[in-house]
Amino acid sequence: MTAAIATAVSRVRSIPQRRVRVLAFKALVLLLIIPGAILFLAPFVWMVSTSLKDAKYVFLFPPQIIPDPVRWNNYIRVIQRVPFPLYGWNTIRMTLLCLLGQMLTASMVAFGFARLRFPGRDVLFLLLLSTIMLPQQVTLIPTFLIYRYLGWVDSFKPLIVPDWLGGSPFCVFLLRQFISTLPIEMDEAAKIEGCGYFGIYWRIILPLIKPALAAVAIFVFMWNWNDIFYSLIYLNSQRNWTLALGLNFLRRSSPMGPGVLEAELLMAGSVIVMTPCLLVFFFAQKYFIQGIVFTGVKG
Amino acid sequence: MSVIARWRKPSLARQEAIFGFIFIGPWIIGFLALQLGPMITSLVLSFTEYQIVAAPKFVGIDNYAKLFTADPSFLDALKVTFTYGLVATPAGLVLGLLIAILLNQNVPGLMVWRTVYYLPAVVSGVAVGMLWVWIFHSEFGLINLALRIILGIQGPAWLAHPSWALWALIIMSFWGVGGSMVVNLAGLQGIPTELYEAASIDGATWWHKFWRVTLPMLSPVLFFNLVMGVIGSFQYFTNAYVMTGGGPGRSTLFYNLYLYKNAFQYFKMGYASALAWVLFLIIMLLTVLIFRSSPLWVHYEGSVKGR
Repeated sequence: MTAAIATAVSRVRSIPQRRVRVLAFKALVLLLIIPGAILFLAPFVWMVSTSLKDAKYVFLFPPQIIPDPVRWNNYIRVIQRVPFPLYGWNTIRMTLLCLLGQMLTASMVAFGFARLRFPGRDVLFLLLLSTIMLPQQVTLIPTFLIYRYLGWVDSFKPLIVPDWLGGSPFCVFLLRQFISTLPIEMDEAAKIEGCGYFGIYWRIILPLIKPALAAVAIFVFMWNWNDIFYSLIYLNSQRNWTLALGLNFLRRSSPMGPGVLEAELLMAGSVIVMTPCLLVFFFAQKYFIQGIVFTGVKG
Repeated sequence: MSVIARWRKPSLARQEAIFGFIFIGPWIIGFLALQLGPMITSLVLSFTEYQIVAAPKFVGIDNYAKLFTADPSFLDALKVTFTYGLVATPAGLVLGLLIAILLNQNVPGLMVWRTVYYLPAVVSGVAVGMLWVWIFHSEFGLINLALRIILGIQGPAWLAHPSWALWALIIMSFWGVGGSMVVNLAGLQGIPTELYEAASIDGATWWHKFWRVTLPMLSPVLFFNLVMGVIGSFQYFTNAYVMTGGGPGRSTLFYNLYLYKNAFQYFKMGYASALAWVLFLIIMLLTVLIFRSSPLWVHYEGSVKGR
């Protein structure tokens, strides 16, 4: 009797107690999350803030967080120093051509491996997978020599052509896995309707793998947009440069001498180069995260 | 299309096979011309001295012998790369896991927090390098300003100091830990809640649940990321090239940067090919090593199906 009352009382008391405990736990978690979030955002804020400062106020102690006066002019000065519009156009053109080639050929190859039966298919697919682990440096020098022999050095061709030949084995793998999850009955139905293999690929598979293609497109965009390794090797003359090369040049080209850091210009340039990546992320967040999760978990 | 479909002379299986090769054709061409061929060529080149202007001259194993006996830069490059890989990768994984656990709790504004932590992982390349050059500025950089204002101490010269430069790059890598966070988050959400309920019934504490349920269930994800992280440090290039140029001294001379310099600044194509093959062997060895040792600590079992 008393035991029953005791449990009833404790139950009544435990409800608010539990709620308090849950609230305390949440507060604790937030207490850890928020400072971390500030830490993670600080570099961005610092970059934008510096990019809008007057050169005189960049090296100031204590620093200004919100610049006063705000110098939008820095962005014009940076374009006068380095032709970012031209480099932006070069980068966009190259990135789009890579994107198109990669999406088209990687999906074709993925379709072939996922849906068609031919001798040696599994061995070839294993070979393709193994090239994911192949470091690019092993093929770097001979491919450079090939492109040099073809007279392609100092053009965009060495950067674009690989993407038209299946491109990254990683993207092919991602697309093949995605195609494999689609019901094969659709292919068969289409075949009975008199649809050829190209028809199946173009009219049935491609529309259905749009989410995976979006993930591939985002990856390829980010790789190309941010690449400096291959651009350094293959794009020699200044008129062919990309944004990445232009930004690197900006740092070394101060008229006040090589070691001088013009932080406000450098940060304005960084904002210009970084913004498209952030925009792509915000507009395609869903596909972006899906792609990362898919490849990260299934490896 | 329809013409081909109506033309039924070859058997259906044969026809399918032909189309199969047509579809994978681009990859086959790419594989032969840009991977297999160049791989063999670079192996051959690694036994030669080749400066582009004159024909390659066969030198036997000289390049390899020189690497290991007479090239302190090579040994430094190995040291720098391994130090980075073995510190930045595990530390980044632990940090990513901790953040993922925090962001897997039901707190207000969850999506906002997740986006904030993930955002730095979205950007990379030269712009990020430039940003951090400024952040690491010895006097007016964000970090040293914070140290001065909050702790009242003068921070090191970071990128300009040989014993700090590599650590600066390691610290910088933690900013991009969002990638590992997202993957871990997906892993956490793939763990069936029954396991936690069962553990609760058995009277498990929070710590036990983490140690006996969460960690074993996540281990395949962690494992995959460990392999990729260590291998990734051998591809590290942009930040080293842009921010430090391998210096001061050789303190941030990453392997890939050293290879690039040999090939495209000194035009020692044969020597650089030898470097590439040593790198290839190291990566193979690492991959095998990690895969071999994984049964000891990785828990694979139906559960992390992703979905």
